[in-house]
Amino acid sequence: MSDEPLLRVEDLKVEFATEDGVVHAVDGVTYQVFPGRTLGIVGESGSGKTVASLTTLGLTRLQGARISGRILFEGRDLVALPDSELRTIRGNEIAMIFQDPLSSLHPLYKIGRQLTEAVLAHRDVSKAKARERAIELLGWVGIPDPGRRIDDYPHEFSGGMRQRVMIAMALANDPKILIADEPTTALDVTVQAQILALMERLQEEFGMAIVIITHDMGVVAEMADDIAVMYAGRIVETASADMVFSGPEHPYTWGLLRSIPALDRPRGEDLVPIPGTPPSLIRPPSGCHFHPRCAYAQPDHARIDPSLDPVAPGSSHYVACLLSSEDRRRLWAELQAGRQPQQAIAEVGLPEATA
Amino acid sequence: MTAYVIRRLLWGVLLLVLVTALTFVLFRVIPTGNPAVLRAGHDPQPHFIKELERVLGLNKSLPAQFWQYMKEIFLHFNFGYSYYNQEAVVSLIRERLPATLSLTVGAAMLWVIGGLTVGILSALKRHSFVDRLSMGGALVVLSAPEFWLGLIFLFLFANDIGKLKILPGSGSYVGLTSNPGKWFESLIMPWIVLASGSAAVFARLVRGSLIETMDEDYIRTARAKGLPEKSVVRQGVRSAINPAVTLLALEIGVLLGGAVLVETVFNIPGVGVLSYKAIQTADFSVIQGTVLLASMFIIVANIVADIAYAYLDPRVRYG
Amino acid sequence: MSATAEDPFGNAAATPDGGRAATTTGEALVEVRDLTKHFPITSGILFARQVGAVKAVDGVSFDVRRGETLGIVGETGCGKSTTARLVLRLLEPTAGEVRFEGEDITHLRGGALKALRREAQMIFQDPYSSLNPRKTIGSIIAEPFAVHGLEKDKGARKRAVQTLMETVGLNPEHYNRYPHEFSGGQRQRIGVARALALKPKLLIADEPVSALDVSIQAQVLNLLREMQREFGLTVVFIAHDLSVVRHMCDRVAVMYLGKIVEVGPGDSLYGFPRHPYTGALLSAVPVPDPSHHGKKRRLLTGDVPSPANPPSACRFHTRCPKAQPVCSVDDPPLEDKGSGTLTACHFPLTHAELEQMGVRSAA
Repeated sequence: MSDEPLLRVEDLKVEFATEDGVVHAVDGVTYQVFPGRTLGIVGESGSGKTVASLTTLGLTRLQGARISGRILFEGRDLVALPDSELRTIRGNEIAMIFQDPLSSLHPLYKIGRQLTEAVLAHRDVSKAKARERAIELLGWVGIPDPGRRIDDYPHEFSGGMRQRVMIAMALANDPKILIADEPTTALDVTVQAQILALMERLQEEFGMAIVIITHDMGVVAEMADDIAVMYAGRIVETASADMVFSGPEHPYTWGLLRSIPALDRPRGEDLVPIPGTPPSLIRPPSGCHFHPRCAYAQPDHARIDPSLDPVAPGSSHYVACLLSSEDRRRLWAELQAGRQPQQAIAEVGLPEATA
Repeated sequence: MTAYVIRRLLWGVLLLVLVTALTFVLFRVIPTGNPAVLRAGHDPQPHFIKELERVLGLNKSLPAQFWQYMKEIFLHFNFGYSYYNQEAVVSLIRERLPATLSLTVGAAMLWVIGGLTVGILSALKRHSFVDRLSMGGALVVLSAPEFWLGLIFLFLFANDIGKLKILPGSGSYVGLTSNPGKWFESLIMPWIVLASGSAAVFARLVRGSLIETMDEDYIRTARAKGLPEKSVVRQGVRSAINPAVTLLALEIGVLLGGAVLVETVFNIPGVGVLSYKAIQTADFSVIQGTVLLASMFIIVANIVADIAYAYLDPRVRYG
Repeated sequence: MSATAEDPFGNAAATPDGGRAATTTGEALVEVRDLTKHFPITSGILFARQVGAVKAVDGVSFDVRRGETLGIVGETGCGKSTTARLVLRLLEPTAGEVRFEGEDITHLRGGALKALRREAQMIFQDPYSSLNPRKTIGSIIAEPFAVHGLEKDKGARKRAVQTLMETVGLNPEHYNRYPHEFSGGQRQRIGVARALALKPKLLIADEPVSALDVSIQAQVLNLLREMQREFGLTVVFIAHDLSVVRHMCDRVAVMYLGKIVEVGPGDSLYGFPRHPYTGALLSAVPVPDPSHHGKKRRLLTGDVPSPANPPSACRFHTRCPKAQPVCSVDDPPLEDKGSGTLTACHFPLTHAELEQMGVRSAA
C-alpha cells in the first residue's frame, strides 16, 4: 500500500521580507503525499499551511518569497524549476482549489470560458472540444443542466455550486494531486457535507491524491488518511488519522482536540483552551515554537529546537517534541482520564512547567 | 438588460428636459438686465428692443414664455438667434461643430489609449523607474492648465514661432474634407494638449485599480490554472477598467471645458471659440445654445457610460 | 417539557436540562410572537414598485427565559441574525410583537428605545470590523457610559472601564491602545467588555467565535460562560456551528428559511431530533473521530431556496426526504411530539431513520 510518494516536501523554508522584519512563514517543513491517499494538513492562521501549498505550485514567488528546501515531484525539484516549466504542472498535474469560491472565480467571465481556459492552457485541442470537456466536467461535479449553465456567470450560482465549479476547473486536466485549501470553510454545513462527499467520490473514481488544508478537526477526521499538524511554520506531528486522534503525542495536538466541542462528547464538559495567543512569525519563540503556550514545557525547551522524529524506530508517527515518547503517552492517558494538565504532570513525574 | 437600458434612456430624456428648463431659469433670472437688450446685440435701437421683446414673448407670463422656449427647442430645434453674428444659433453651431468634434473625439481616443497604456505599464512595473517617471509626469501634466501647456507646445514645436519647427502652428486648422493630411497635422498638438490632463488622471486611476485587482483571489486562481502571465494580466485589466469607465463619463465634461481653451490657443474655429467670443460679447443666445449643447453631450456620455458599465459588469444589471 | 393550551411554549414546567436549569426561573425575559420581517424587492422602469419581498423572518415565536442560554442555529438565509436584530430593535418588525420584561417594545422609538439599549446588548461576529479603528479601546469600552450619561466623572469612568478590561481578561494598562494592536480573540474580548459595560440583562451573541481560530474560540466561549455566571446574564447565542451551540446552550432553536422548525432543551434536541432538517444538520456535521468515517449519511440535495420565494406551507418540503403531498399544502405548527422538543413537522423522524442517517439518538 505504501507506494513511492508522489510528492515529497523536504525541509521547506519560506520567508517574506516585510516592513516589520522577515516573516518566517514556513520554517523547515517535511511531508509526503502518496497516490490515491488524502493528506490532511491541520493548523490555525499563521501556521504556514497555506503558504507551504502555494509554494508547491510556485505561487509565492511573485510575492518576493525566499524559498529554500526541495519539493520533489516526479523526479523534479519544483523549488528549482523555472516558472515556465512549473506552469506546465500547475493546473495540470497538480491543481489547487481555494477557500472562497465567489472571490476565486473571475466575476466578469462566464464559467464556461473559465473552464475551457483551464483545458486549453495545457491541451492542444479545439475550442469546441474544450467546451465539450467543460460540460462533461460540470456534469461530473453534479451541476444540473450543465449544457445551459456553462454560459452563466459565477454570481448566478450558489456557494456550493460555485465550489463545485472550482473543483471541476481543477479536474480539467486529470491532476495527480488536488490541493484543497479550506475548501468548505465558507460553506454551510449541509453544503460542506455535499462537497466533501463529492471530493471523496472523485478520488475513488480518478485515483488522485488529495491534500486538504483545514483548521476543522472534524473535516480532517472524515477526509484524511494521514494528518500533519502545523504550528508556527513547523510540522509538530504527523501520523495516520487514526493515530492522531487516538494517540496524539504533541501538546499542541492535545490542545486542539480538547478545545473543540464535539457532538459525540458529553454536553457541559468544559472546553480546555490553549492559553496565550499565536506567536509572531517575525520573532518566533526560541527553541520549540510552542513552548510559551505549553503546559508541559521544561526549561531547556526554550533553547533547543525539536526535530521531527519517529516515536519509535520504524514508526510512521513523527512528532517534534523534546519530551520522551513514553512521557507523552502517559500524559495523554492522564488527560484522557480527565485530569488537568498540572495533575497530569504530577502523575507522570515531570518537573513543574516554568514557561 | 433591456429594462436597464430603457430605464437609463428614459432618465436621460427626462434629464435633458430638466436641464433645458433649468437653463431657461438661469438665463431669465440671473442677468438683471432686460433679456431683449441682452440679446439685441451691439448698440440697439429702442424700437428694435421693443420688437425683440415681442418676438421673445417678454410681455407674456413667465410660464407661457417657458412653454414657448421649450416648444422652440424640442419641436423646432430653434435655439435662438444671434443678432451679433446675424445668424441662427443652430446654424452657427452646426458650422463649427465638425472642428470641435475633430478635436474632442481625437483627444478622447488619445486620452483613453494613452491613459490605459501608461496605467497598465506602471501597475505591472510598480515602483520601478518607469512607474515613478510616468506617475510623476502625470502629476505635472494634470496640474498644468491646458492653455499654458498649449502655449508651451507652440513655443517648442510650432513651425512658425517654435524652437523646433516641426508641427503646424496656431491657426493652421483645415477641415477634414478639404485636406485630410493637413487636418491631421494641425490637430496633433491640440490633441496632445487636450488629452494629457485627462490621460494623466486616467492613468493614475487605471494603475491603482489594476494593482488592487492583481491581488484578488481570482487572479491567484488564474495563475494556479497554469495560465501564461500575459493571460493573467489580461484578466486583471478586464476587471480593472470597470471603475475607469465611470470616470470616462465624468471626464468628458472636463474635456469639453478644456476644448474651449485649446481651441482658443490654437485658433481652431470650433464651438469652443464661438462660446468664448459669445461670453466676451454677452451674446446670450449663443451662450444659451452652447450651454444646452454641452449639457446634452454630457448627458449622452453618461448614459453611454452607464450602459457600457452594465455591459462590462454582468452583476450590475439587476439595478 | 410539555405544552398545554394555556402554555404553548412549555414555560410553566421547570425542566432539568443540561444541569443549568437551577439558574432559570422559567420566567420569560423576552417574548416573541409571530415576528415577521420582510425586506421589499423593488423593480420597475421609471418608478420602483414593490414586486416581492425577501421574507427573512416569517412568523417566529419563542421565549427567552431569564438566566438561560438560548441557541439559534441555522444556515445561510435562515433568518437567525435578522431575528436577533429584531429582538434588540436594531430593525423594526414588519409584523408580530416583541416583549421585553413584559413590556411591548415592538414599535419603540426615541428615548424609550435608548433605555432598552441599557438592558439588552449585542456582540458581533467580525472582531476586525466591529471596532472603530480610530478610537482607543478605552474609549470604545467607555462609550456606553458616555451615551447614557453614566459615570460622568472621568476618573470613575476610567476605573470602571479598567475593571471591565480585567474581567474579560485584558490588561488594564492597554487602555490607550488601538484595536489593530490586538489579536482577533482579544478584540472579541473588547467587544464583550463594551457590551457588558452597563450590566445589561440580555446579551445576544451573533456568531461570536466564527471568525476566530479554534484555540482562541475555546477561550472566548469560556469567557462568555464565565460572564454569564458573574453578571447573571440571559444569553441568546447565534451560530451555525452545531457543536458550539450544543456546548453553550440550554435550549436550542433550529431555523430554516425564516421559521423555527424545532426548539427544545439541548439534550432532547441533540439526543432525539425530530425534524428532518435538524436530523440533516446533525448528520452533516463532521465529527472529529476517524472511526466515524464511512458512516452512512443522508445528504440533502440541492440548495436552500431563496427567501424571496420560499416554498409553500412547510418550507422544507422541497428538500425533505419524507415529504408527502400534505406538506406542500398544510404548514405544520410547532408542537410537542412527545420527545422533549417542539417540532413543526407532519412526519417527524424516528429512531430508525436517525440510525440510517448516522445520527446517534438517545431513547
